[in-house]
Order: sequence, then structure tokens, then C-alpha cells
Amino acid sequence: MTELLITKVILAGFVVFAVLNLAGLHTWVERKQSALIQDRIGANRASIFGFRLFGIFHGIADALKMFTKEDVIPAGANKTLHTVAPFFSVLFSLVVFAAIPFGPTLLIPGLEPIHLQVAKIDAAVLYIFAMLSLGVYGVIIAGFASRNNYALMGGLRATAQMISYEVALGIAIIGVIMVYGTMDLGEIVDRQGHLIGGWLPMWGIVTQPIAFIVFTTAALAETKRAPFDLPEGESEIIGYFVEYSGMKFGMFFLADFLETIVVATLATTLFFGGWQIPYMAADGFHFPWGWDIPIDNWLYVLLGFLSFSAKTLAFCFVFMQIRWTLPRFRYDQLMDLGWKGLFPIAVVNVVVTAIIMTVMGKVG
Amino acid sequence: METTPKPETMTAEVHASGLETRDMLLNIGPAHPAMHGIIRIVAKLDGEQIEEADVEIGYLHRGFEKMAEQVDYNGVMPYTDRLNYVSPLINNVGYCMAVEKMLGITVPERCQYVRVIVSEISRITDHLTCVGATAMELGAFTVFLYMIKAREFLWELVEKVTGARLTVSYCRVGGVKGDLPDDFAEPCKKAFAETRKVLEESDQLLTRNRIFTDRMAGTGVISAEDAISYGITGPFLRATGADFDVRKDSPYAVYDRLDFDVPVGTTGDNMDRYLVRMEEMQQSMKIVEQALRDMPPGPVLVNPETGREIPAAEMVDLAKMGDINAFSGGCAVAGPTLEGSGRAHQPSIATDEKRVFLPAKEDAYGNIEGLMNQFKLVMFGHGIRPPNGEVYFPVEGANGELGFYVVSDGAAHAYRVRVRPPCFAIMSALEHMLTGDMIADMIPTFGSVNMIGGELDR
Repeated sequence: MTELLITKVILAGFVVFAVLNLAGLHTWVERKQSALIQDRIGANRASIFGFRLFGIFHGIADALKMFTKEDVIPAGANKTLHTVAPFFSVLFSLVVFAAIPFGPTLLIPGLEPIHLQVAKIDAAVLYIFAMLSLGVYGVIIAGFASRNNYALMGGLRATAQMISYEVALGIAIIGVIMVYGTMDLGEIVDRQGHLIGGWLPMWGIVTQPIAFIVFTTAALAETKRAPFDLPEGESEIIGYFVEYSGMKFGMFFLADFLETIVVATLATTLFFGGWQIPYMAADGFHFPWGWDIPIDNWLYVLLGFLSFSAKTLAFCFVFMQIRWTLPRFRYDQLMDLGWKGLFPIAVVNVVVTAIIMTVMGKVG
Repeated sequence: METTPKPETMTAEVHASGLETRDMLLNIGPAHPAMHGIIRIVAKLDGEQIEEADVEIGYLHRGFEKMAEQVDYNGVMPYTDRLNYVSPLINNVGYCMAVEKMLGITVPERCQYVRVIVSEISRITDHLTCVGATAMELGAFTVFLYMIKAREFLWELVEKVTGARLTVSYCRVGGVKGDLPDDFAEPCKKAFAETRKVLEESDQLLTRNRIFTDRMAGTGVISAEDAISYGITGPFLRATGADFDVRKDSPYAVYDRLDFDVPVGTTGDNMDRYLVRMEEMQQSMKIVEQALRDMPPGPVLVNPETGREIPAAEMVDLAKMGDINAFSGGCAVAGPTLEGSGRAHQPSIATDEKRVFLPAKEDAYGNIEGLMNQFKLVMFGHGIRPPNGEVYFPVEGANGELGFYVVSDGAAHAYRVRVRPPCFAIMSALEHMLTGDMIADMIPTFGSVNMIGGELDR
């Protein structure tokens, strides 16, 4: 029991550490990537003992600034809710990571096999959606508790946006659940390791390409980043966090990045085989053209983890690229896209999946 | 302005009886990212829809017109820079041509071409700023920076010609400050190549972007009749389909000799305004290229055999000691900001009216006639004295018809100067265009107005 507890604490600590650092690094990535897109150099001034390291310390400078700034609560705002809101945002985006498997099972002699997943939940998919939905409460509460018309509008926009996009998001996932027959993310990843016809990995992108497109679009909307940054809409309504300063503002910022990472890990897990590498099994690589390369367990775990990280980072890169390329939607256009575009596509996808699976005899 | 509704405070009153809704009063600006810090809109919102909009201006009023009555005619030039500060050269040209009309003088042909060239370069910088800023406020930050990059290349051209990027003060009554630099066509070609590349890229990022076109099309619509009755001119009017361009309809300088098209839209929405501006930039580049090709050649510069270049400061020292002969035939080098203004240049860039234009530095230092001429023009209470009368002279500014109305009572400074700023008329129609649209549409509509506080509030 103690052993299990210690492993879990270590795993949880590792995940939180990795995710928070990645989110912190995102501020740097955002600066540098947008600079590359826009023919600029990007932030490179912050230095520690003369070392600038391409401006990587700007994240630290940001954090210092945020922590030392005055925390202003506007007169007339609801103090409790105003304070609680940013914590909601960060908390619910962080807990999602508990359910995400980031590597295969690690075998250490004398110990129980360790699944590289903080919490092995049977209905992990449901859990993740529940947490993602709760995350929006942070935004809504921030908008409503600030006693500011702009913040209020941001909160309203967030509410409408989240509700409409969660539907499409959920239905897109149903296709995946149908194909793999489970809601356990660990299982879904395992089953994506199977091969179709002996050579094509059974990744979600292969079996559910439409669901992938719907999922990514809707998930981008969940992250509240451009082109779906309506709750923020800095040039229109400044945003739901207009009355926040200091680290409370920083936490909304952090939650934004965390959500981006959540979505990247989810897309990886559901559609890109999670930690799987094509043709890699627990005892080594088995290529369809006959090569066999045996590998040890530690190498297997390491490769799995690296594969997961690489895919996640690639998604983060793509999301960032989208964010700096597209302009913002308008409120009604966003609703149109959600309800008249993504929602029907997702429903049709479920129906078509069901028909194909029945025809192929996989169901009843 | 006196109709500003009193802000209602929101109450936490709950209407249990049913769905009673109330409009929300939203104060937008002047401290709002899209309002440039100088516009306040009090909007009455039904959800996201704007039911009423009350536009307040005047936050940047600096009394340009009054200041223009206090200084001599050339002294107004720096003030005109600060009207539409994104295309200051057009303001320079407009004011100078108004005063010249009053004086009844014409400027040499080369000077006319120079004025056309700098005006058109300014028009491009203005449109780039307008389109770029609109795109940025819609969330397409990348396009904005691309356009600012292109504007930078053009401002380098402006700097080459005038010595400054923003506060150019380039024109003078009766001419311009200095001739174009040697081989101006070369850097011009390079800058235009870059600008065209940026325009093509931006076109791909915006015109072919469904999100952008959806945001622009059908928003901020105004009909041609309404636009005309509000007195709107320029790209804003042309987007409605009304074909009016001062450059075509009452040509000034040498516009009647140049071949260019005036793009017009059909629907008068933000998309058409965007497209009109994009096309106008192409046409402006075409105009500059033609003008550079057609303009009469500049002066043959100092002959190395006979003349030599003498720093202006040295020339002053020699003149103080009475050693005029030491620099006769030489040409003054007065630092980069006065480049192209020497004796050799003057016939091609300035009128030969001595009562209007300052003599060349060589003359001011080198002979008594030049010295007296200089004094008569710069001394307080002397200077240019147009006859009694009043003139109105319109030029095509980047935003529309930019007119200067100048009244003279024969003194060395104007009795009255009145500017007709193009975006004032558009701003007065803003309320009309915003009503009924969503609050998010306020951004592209206000962006396409291209509100420039300097010329709006003067």
C-alpha cells in the first residue's frame, strides 16, 4: 500500500512538474514562434548573469512580475468569487492530466508493474470531459464576479462557446469509443497499437479521421485561443479577466496554456496512438517486412514516453501556428460553426461508424 | 453630444415574474484598445447587438486652425504634418497648393511630379496602416506586422526624400524643400517590390481567409446615397459604388497626365472598403512608377571641373569674412536634411517668384540680393503676403477629400484656415453604420473608417 502510494505521488509530482514547466515554456514558445512567423527576433533581453539563452528567462521574469504586482479587487466585486475563479481555471486544467497515460508499463524488479498514468480510471474519457467542463466555471465566475460589463460579456461568451463546443467534442469522441470499445484511456492507447492488415497501425487518425478534425476544431475552441478567443477578444471586449492583475491574471494565462497542452495530449492519446510507436511492442520492434529488433523494458518505456512527448509538442506547435495565422470569429459565426457545422458532422460520423462496424460484424 | 444617456448602474434585482430583459449600457473608450485612446462610444446593447451608439470625438483637439492663424504661411507646414500623421506628405501638398492658388503661382513641372510621387507613397503607407490595423484588431496580428514591415520600406523612401519619417515638413509654398535624391528610382523599385510581396502575402492571408471575409462582408454597410449625404469621400465612398476621386474629377498637379484606375466597390461594406484600399495601393505604385519615368530630369549637379562642394558652415565663415569669391560657383552642402535644395536644384523644384520662395543657400550667403530676399521672407511681419481673398483647394487624401480653405487679409499670416478632414464626415456616419450590427462588428467598421485623431479633431 505504502509502495503504491509512493509510486503514485512520484508519478503525480512528475506530471505536475512536467506540465507546469511546459506551460511556462509555452510563454517562450509563443513569443519565439510568433516572432518567427512575423519576421521578428522576439523577446531576448532577459538575462541571468549575462546569459540570455534566446530569451528563455522571460518566463521567469514574467512570473516575478506577476507575483510582485499588486492584486487589485475592484470595489463592488464579489471578493470570494473573484479570488476563487483563477484557481478553478488552473485546477481543473491540471487535474485532467491525471487520467492521461504518458508511457507504457514500467517493470522494476521487486515492485508491482507501474503504469505511467497517475490515475487509471475506467471511464477516463468521461472524467476528462467533466473536468474540462468544470474548467469553464473559472472563466464564467471571473466574468460575473468582476462587476464589469466587459468581463460580464466575456463570461457570457465563454458560457455559450463552451456549451456549444462541448457537444460537438463529446460526440466526436463517441466515434473513438465505439471503435476501441472502451472509455479507459490506457486501453484505448493499447488498442491503437494493433495493426490493420498487418501493417497499418490502428491509430485514431486512421479509424476516425472525421472525428479527429471535429475534435481538434472543437478542442481549439475549448482552449479559448485564437481564432476562438471570443471570451478574451482583446480588441473588442478586452476579456473576462479585465479586472484581474498580478498572479491571478497570470493564472488565467497559465490556464490557457495548460488547456492547450491538455488538448494536445488528448489529441495524441485519442488519435495518434498515445505513447505508441508503430511496430513497437513490449519485447521490441516487429516490422511487417520481417525485421525484429528486441529492446529492453527501460528502452521501451523511454521510447514510449519520448514518442508521447514528441507528438504532444508537435500538436502544441500546430495550435500555436493556427493561433498566429487566423483572425477571430464573430459570436454568431462561432455558433454557426459549432451547431450547423461540427455538430451534424460529428453525428453523421457516429452513424457512419456504427453502420460500418455492423457491416464488418464487430458489433452484436 | 449633449444627448449622452446617463449611465445606469447594474442592479442585482431578479425578475422572478418572467423574462424581463434590459439593455446594457457599455462605455467603450477612450481607454479601449480599439478606440486609439481618443474616441468614446457609448453603446446601448441588446445582448451583443448595438441598438444605439453615441460617438464622442474631440479628445485630440489641439487647435490646428487657430495655430495656423498665428504663424506665417510656411510656418504652418509642421502643423500640417500632424493632421493625418500616417500620410503627412499629402497634407503638406494640400496646404501648399491652397496657398499657391491664392497667390496665383504655379510650380515647375518637376516639382509637380515630385509632389505626386510623395503623395502616392504616403497614400500607400496610410492604406497599409489602415488595413493592417483592422486585421490586427480582428485577431490577425501577423498581417499587421507584415504590413508595418512594408510601410517601413516606404518610410525609408520618405526619409531619403525629406530627411524625416513622420514629421516631414517637406513642401514649401511655391515648391518643395529639396529635390529627389539621385537615382531615387532604384530604392523606389526595391521598396515597391517588397511592398508588392507583402500585399500578395496579405491578400492570401486575408482575402482568401473565410473567417476574415465573413467578418468583413455585410458589416458596417452604408449606401451610396447615405454616404454622399454624410459628405463621405475617398475609399470609403468609392466602396459604395460612387465613383468620385479628386485626382480624377478635379485633377491637380499632374494627375491628369497619369494613367491610373479608380477602384470602386458595390456594396459599401467593410469588405469592399478593404478591397478598394488594397487595389488603390497597387494603383498608387503604378502612378509613382509612371511619374518617375515621365518626370523632367533634374539638374546637372555641380560640375567637378568648375564647382566644388563646400560645407555650409564653412561657407558662412567665408561670407562673414567677406571672402565671397572663395566660394563663388561652389555649392553648399548643408547636411542631409537640406539635401537637394541648392542653387542647381532650385529651378526645378521651386517657383521663381522671389516673393514666395527662399533663395538658395549659395545666394543667401553669397550676394546681397539673396541675403535681402532671405530676410524679407523670414523676418517677422514680412514673409509671404498673398492678396486679399479666399480659396478652397481639395486634394485626394488617403481617407478622402482633404480640403484647405484659406482666407487672407493681406497680412503675412492667414486670417483663417479651415481644414476639411476626410474622416470627420465618416465619423459622423459611424453611428449610422454601427446601429444594428454586433459589438464585434464595431472593430472592422471602426477600423475601416481609418480614424486619424490628428485630422479628425485638429
